[in-house]
Amino acid sequence: MQTKRMTFSSKWLPYALLAPQVIITLIFFIWPASQALYQSVLRQDIFGLRTEFVGLDNFVRLFDDPLYLNSLNVTFWFSVGTTLLSMSVALLFAVMVNRMIRSRDTYTTFLVWPYAVAPAIAGVLWWFIFNPSIGIMPYMLKGFGYDWNHRSSSTDAMLLVIIAAAWKQISYNFLFFLAGLQSIPQSLIEAAAIDGASRMKRFWTIVFPLLSPITFFLMVVNVVYAMFDTFGVIHATTEGGPAQATNILVYKVYRDGFVNLNLGSSAAQSVILMGIVIILTVIQFRYIERRVNY
Amino acid sequence: MASIKMDNLHKVYTGGVRAVTGINLDIADGEMIVLVGPSGCGKSTLLRMVAGLETISEGTLKIGDRVVNTLEPADRDIAMVFQNYALYPHMTVFNNLAYGLKNRGFSKTEIDRRVRQAAEMLEIGQFLDRKPRQLSGGQRQRVAMGRALVREPAAFLFDEPLSNLDAKLRVQMRVEIRQLQKRLATTSLYVTHDQLEALTMADRLVVLNGGQIEQVGTPMDVYSRPETTFVAGFIGSPAMNMLPADYLRGTQQADSLAHIPQAADLVGIRPEDFALETPGDGDLILTGTLLLLEPAGAESHLHLKFDGLNENMIVRLPHVPSVAEGQTLSFSVRRDSLHPFDRTTGKRVS
Amino acid sequence: MVENNRWGNLFAHIILIFGVAIVVFPVYVALVASTHPPGTFVRGVMPLLPGPNALENYKTVIVEGRSRAGTPPIGGMLWNSFVMAMAITIGKLSISLLSAFAIVYFRFPFRIFFFWVIFLTLMLPVEVRILPTFQVVADLGMLNSFAGLSIPLIASATATFLFRQFFMTVPKELMEAARVDGAGPMKFFKDILMPLSITNIAALFVIMFIYGWNQYLWPLLITTDPEYYTIVMGIQRMVTGGDSEPLWHLVMATVVLAALPPILVILFMQRLFVKGLTETEK
Repeated sequence: MQTKRMTFSSKWLPYALLAPQVIITLIFFIWPASQALYQSVLRQDIFGLRTEFVGLDNFVRLFDDPLYLNSLNVTFWFSVGTTLLSMSVALLFAVMVNRMIRSRDTYTTFLVWPYAVAPAIAGVLWWFIFNPSIGIMPYMLKGFGYDWNHRSSSTDAMLLVIIAAAWKQISYNFLFFLAGLQSIPQSLIEAAAIDGASRMKRFWTIVFPLLSPITFFLMVVNVVYAMFDTFGVIHATTEGGPAQATNILVYKVYRDGFVNLNLGSSAAQSVILMGIVIILTVIQFRYIERRVNY
Repeated sequence: MASIKMDNLHKVYTGGVRAVTGINLDIADGEMIVLVGPSGCGKSTLLRMVAGLETISEGTLKIGDRVVNTLEPADRDIAMVFQNYALYPHMTVFNNLAYGLKNRGFSKTEIDRRVRQAAEMLEIGQFLDRKPRQLSGGQRQRVAMGRALVREPAAFLFDEPLSNLDAKLRVQMRVEIRQLQKRLATTSLYVTHDQLEALTMADRLVVLNGGQIEQVGTPMDVYSRPETTFVAGFIGSPAMNMLPADYLRGTQQADSLAHIPQAADLVGIRPEDFALETPGDGDLILTGTLLLLEPAGAESHLHLKFDGLNENMIVRLPHVPSVAEGQTLSFSVRRDSLHPFDRTTGKRVS
Repeated sequence: MVENNRWGNLFAHIILIFGVAIVVFPVYVALVASTHPPGTFVRGVMPLLPGPNALENYKTVIVEGRSRAGTPPIGGMLWNSFVMAMAITIGKLSISLLSAFAIVYFRFPFRIFFFWVIFLTLMLPVEVRILPTFQVVADLGMLNSFAGLSIPLIASATATFLFRQFFMTVPKELMEAARVDGAGPMKFFKDILMPLSITNIAALFVIMFIYGWNQYLWPLLITTDPEYYTIVMGIQRMVTGGDSEPLWHLVMATVVLAALPPILVILFMQRLFVKGLTETEK
């Protein structure tokens, strides 16, 4: 028989239970976010003495600013690079590990722990490996005739931060791909085999399409990760250089706010970032809704 | 020990859905009352109103001499056995039984005494240190019973406690619950949708339909004299056959129908009231074609098409007759086994 | 099961061993580097085999620190990281459990409103609102304190949603049975709900601890007093502080020590970690 969920009755208790979470959210999330909105339409003079209302001028200026446009461009390539590299490597590992029976757990153990490494530390590690004077990678690349130097080459610097950021994220993608692969019914693979599909064909026509919800989900998660969680990678290594080549949006917000003390512009950038997060979150939730429905 | 008195109880959910309407029921001290009805009839809601798990929209509920309308479940001096047992999965059997006593501040020795006593009564003494998931369905059921028992409450409330058990265990537990209840003489309210359970366990049973009481009475009263067509159809298996009174008036001798009031336009005949024997004086005689014979060991069910009737009739015989499908059979029905109803009101006439 | 052929398996093993090597390589290099004397890094290529200076290097970073670059001994930084991670983890778990409990087990005015207020935190990561959040914390006088390091980070929509999902799968009869047994809301929460949630709590604990330990930007902003430096941000100070090449042997010893605690947590609680990771995203 359908009965409604029974609940406790108390006038004040639920509010008391919610209070800690809500108060912290209000003070440290909602209030700062509205401050950012407010400051994004103001401009301070250089000494912080006068503040005037400038409407959307901060935003207009941002999109006229070649440095900001460059940062958008850098963020785009950084996100795409990190997502693609990390996901494709993780998918390859997951497919291979999924074949294994006895060694599956051992491989998994070795592949999951980079998740524990902080982005900043991941950055430092790869920065060390690629160190132009003593690093092992530049040494090997020299053997192929390539002169690696992320201190002067924009491409090298971008590659360095992409590798560092992607390396840390492999674990996460690997675990989700492996879980996805294990949830594909073996009978489907067998049916395809009976239908005469080769191993490669089975993967691309059966397995990969069935993984597409997870792939899509991971894409969103990885883009969010690359855009917002990689501050440490940049800050501990290239610091946005050389020549702005790795100055991603979150790093620029920080620089403009704390180093260049340009409050209005930093606030406007925050507002744009919030907009991006909201869009990505909505996309992610639509996906989750679909997954719940099916 | 206490009586339970329901005075014009109503339950209206927000949004206006009426789950229970105008229930008046007095349960005597030590009585076993079974609430029975199809799903959605309001029987569980009524039980939960007594338990205090649903609020009472209107009316008065007394347990003993106290009006308990607004009391918390814990303060009503009742104990409940849930359909899915609702055992605390992380606690041992002992702690499951003891939890309610601990919350009421019983002493350790008293808790220990009561739990062991209940465990012995239910033969679950050797499981006291186990967790619920290590028990079988029947054992869990006993633990759920035990949790009610240790409290020594004024009333037991059972919410379809046997419906998660397999058929054999169900019969066994049915007997045990009834014996236990008789021995302890604790006022009990028992909800089931199984009419066999209702008939076998109740001192009195209450048939509910659409949130209202259709009939209250001892199992034999309700069975032999259903007050409404709903009760007639719900209690008894296979269900009572319903024939238009005009059909009988057209095919039977007038004196065998003399006691049927003119107002009756529907007549019910229980499947077991048909007999293949030669009709006695004043008996009805009904003739039909056998469509299907279902032998069931000690008894048999015959599906028949009676001449001039659209609906098929079911006859239950206490043996398996040697007849062939397609054969025409003639049955006698004693005239005092007819149940006359008014089709529009659904009520029994006479 | 469709048979795997032998050569295919061999090929897969080769790819995986190669893959594991790539994944492990950076940390291996760090381990090796942390065992060499400073002279090794002056010229030539970095060593790939362990050197003799392990004890000395680790002793130096743990006890002495590098006064020249303004970093304190990392013993203190490790402790700070631990306190911050634990405060964030326990804080997140407690307030999320309480608010999920309120949302699932009570009906009250503005319930949905509060639900959305909490949900909003999902959309506002620290990184996108750093400056105003920093200002709030500064105005509250919480710079250079453990409260400032942890409290602003403990609101958690993810944990609240996870517990909400879990609570909704707990049969409602358990709560009813508890009420009949005389347990009020908080007693039910403590005696029934918390013990039932213990695996979920443990799984989230692993994820949250790693999250807390790896905080970087936030401690960087609100600590100016070396006494409150955490290990992860301290490394950055070591790398970029000073004009010369970093002292790689000491940096890498620090890196190893900074990465070790969360790695150990994952390795020893792999199953809980996987559960926590995959379920928080549902």
